Amino acid sequence: MPSRRRALLVLLSLIVVSVASLALAVAVGSVSLDLDDALSRQVVLALRLPRALAAFACGGLLALAGALMQILLRNPLADPYVLGISGGASVGALLAMLFGLPLVLIDGGAFVGALAATLLVFGLGHGEGAWTSTRLLLTGVIVASGCGAVVALVLTLAPEAQLRGMLFWLLGDLGQSGTPWPALAVLGVGLAAALPYARDLNVLARGEITAMNLGVPVVRLRTGVQAAASLLTAVAVTTAGSIGFVGLVVPHLTRLAVGNDQRLLLPAATLGGASLLTLADTLARSIAAPVQLPVGALTALIGVPLFLFLLTRRGGLA
Amino acid sequence: MSAPLLAARGLAVRIGRLTIVDGLDLAVHRGERLAILGRNGVGKSTLLHTLAGLHKPVDGTVELDGTPVEALGGRALAQLRGLLAQHQTDAFPATVLETALVGRHPHLSRWDWEGARDERIAREALAALGLAELADRDIGRLSGGERQRVGIAALLAQQPRLCLLDEPLAHLDLNHQIAVLELFGRLAREQHVGIVMVLHDVNLALRYADRVLLLFGDGVHAAGPVAEALDEAILARLYGHPMRRLATAGFAHPIFVAE
Repeated sequence: MPSRRRALLVLLSLIVVSVASLALAVAVGSVSLDLDDALSRQVVLALRLPRALAAFACGGLLALAGALMQILLRNPLADPYVLGISGGASVGALLAMLFGLPLVLIDGGAFVGALAATLLVFGLGHGEGAWTSTRLLLTGVIVASGCGAVVALVLTLAPEAQLRGMLFWLLGDLGQSGTPWPALAVLGVGLAAALPYARDLNVLARGEITAMNLGVPVVRLRTGVQAAASLLTAVAVTTAGSIGFVGLVVPHLTRLAVGNDQRLLLPAATLGGASLLTLADTLARSIAAPVQLPVGALTALIGVPLFLFLLTRRGGLA
Repeated sequence: MSAPLLAARGLAVRIGRLTIVDGLDLAVHRGERLAILGRNGVGKSTLLHTLAGLHKPVDGTVELDGTPVEALGGRALAQLRGLLAQHQTDAFPATVLETALVGRHPHLSRWDWEGARDERIAREALAALGLAELADRDIGRLSGGERQRVGIAALLAQQPRLCLLDEPLAHLDLNHQIAVLELFGRLAREQHVGIVMVLHDVNLALRYADRVLLLFGDGVHAAGPVAEALDEAILARLYGHPMRRLATAGFAHPIFVAE
C-alpha cells in the first residue's frame, strides 16, 4: 500500500510524462513546428493538437474503463471490451458506413450500438450472488461474438470502396476523430466520480462477502462501476473505433508497477494509458509517412508480445 | 440491563426451498460465546449471514446492540459486527499486511488513508496470529492455514464488538485451532466481545463455547448451555450417526466420539 506522499509523487511524474507526450505529438510530423509561421500554426492547432488530445482522451478512457472492469469482474485479465461494448459499437458504426451516412452519424451509430450491447449484457447478465461475475462475463462474450458475426456479414456485403474505412474503424484509428473535447470531458468527469470510491473498490476487489462485511454497498457500487466503465468505453470507441490492448495492458502494467491500491491505480492507469496512446498515435502517423497506420494495429503489435511476456513471467499474475 | 449485542426474535430464514430456522429466538450478550453446530448444507453460513445483516430473513428481526440491522448503515454495521467468511479468495496480488489493513476500512472516512495507528493495529493482529514475520509476503504464496489466519487477522483489525465466525478453524492444524479459540476466548473475557462461531468439532465446542445452537434441518433447532444441550442422543440425531460419550477422568469436559 503506497503512502499518500508516494502516490502524489508517482502521479506528478506521470503528469510530466503526459505533458511531454502531448508536446511530442504536436511537434512531430511532416510539417516542422514553427510557431511564427501561419501555416505551421494552423497545422498544429487544427490538425495535430485535436488529434493528440483525442488520442490522449481515448487512451485515458480505455485504461480507466479497463481498470474498473478488472475490479468489477475480479479478473486481472478483463478489458473494457469484454462485455461486448466494442462489438455493439462496431455493428452500429459499420451499418452507418454501409448506408453511406456522414461521420457524425457513424459516431452516433457507434455510440448507440455500444449502449445497446451494454444494456443487453446488463439486463441478461445480472443475477444474485456469487455467479454474477461469471454470468456477466459469459453474457458479454456471447453478445460480442454475435456482434462479430454481424460485422462479418456487413463486411461481406459492403462495396469495395467502403472496405478500407470499415477496416480502419475496426482496428481503431484516430484519423477520423472529430473534436476531442467531449471525450476529454467524459474522462475528467469519470475519473473525478471514481476517485471518491477508490478505497471501496479496493475492498470490493477482495470479494463480495468481504466487501459487504466491511460495509461497502456492493450492489450499488457494482452497478455504478459497470455503468461508468461502459460509458467511458462507449465514448472511447465512438471517438476512435476499437483500439485494442490499451484497456487491458495499461491497468495491468500499472498494477505491477505501483500495486493494486485503486486510489493510485485509477489515476495512474488513466495518465499512463493517455500518454501511451498519444505516443502510439504519433508513431502510427509518422513511422511510415506519408502512409498512416491505424493506431489500433500498432497498440496490438506492441500489446500482444508484452502481454504474453507478462503472462509467462513467474509471479506476474496472481 | 443493557441490550444484548445480538438479539434475534421470531427469526425465519430460508434459502431456496430449504428452511434453516423458523421462529428462532436468540440473544448473545457481551463476552458470550455461542457455537452453531449442524450437518453440512443445513444452512449454518446463511444463518450467520442473516445475523450479520447480509441476508434478509423471511420473518422476524435481528438487532445489534438494540438497533435493527436494517436501520444500521453499512459503516455502522461494520464497526459493530465482523464476519469471517468461509472462503478467502484472492483475485489480485497483495501483501499479508495490506490484506489485514483492509479490516480498517469502516474506521476510515472517505478521503482518509491508512495511518500509523491503523498499521500498528494490523501488525498487532498479525502478531496475535503468529504472522508477524509474514507481513510482507504475497498472499498468493501462503498455505491454506496461513491464509485463513490472515483472514482472522483482518477481522481483528476491524475491531468489531461481535465476531461472527464461519468455520474459523478451516485449514488450521491442531495447535492453531486451539490458539485461535483461545484468542477469541480472551477477546470475550477481556474485551467483552461477543462470539458466534460455526464449528464442526463437538469437543472444541464443549471447551470453547458457553452455549450452543443446534440446527437439525427443516427449520428445527435447539439451544442451551453446552454442558446441558449436548448428549449422545441429541448428537446422534444432529449428525445422523451414533455417538458415544467417553469418561474422561481429570478432564473438565466429556469427550464425544463417532461410533
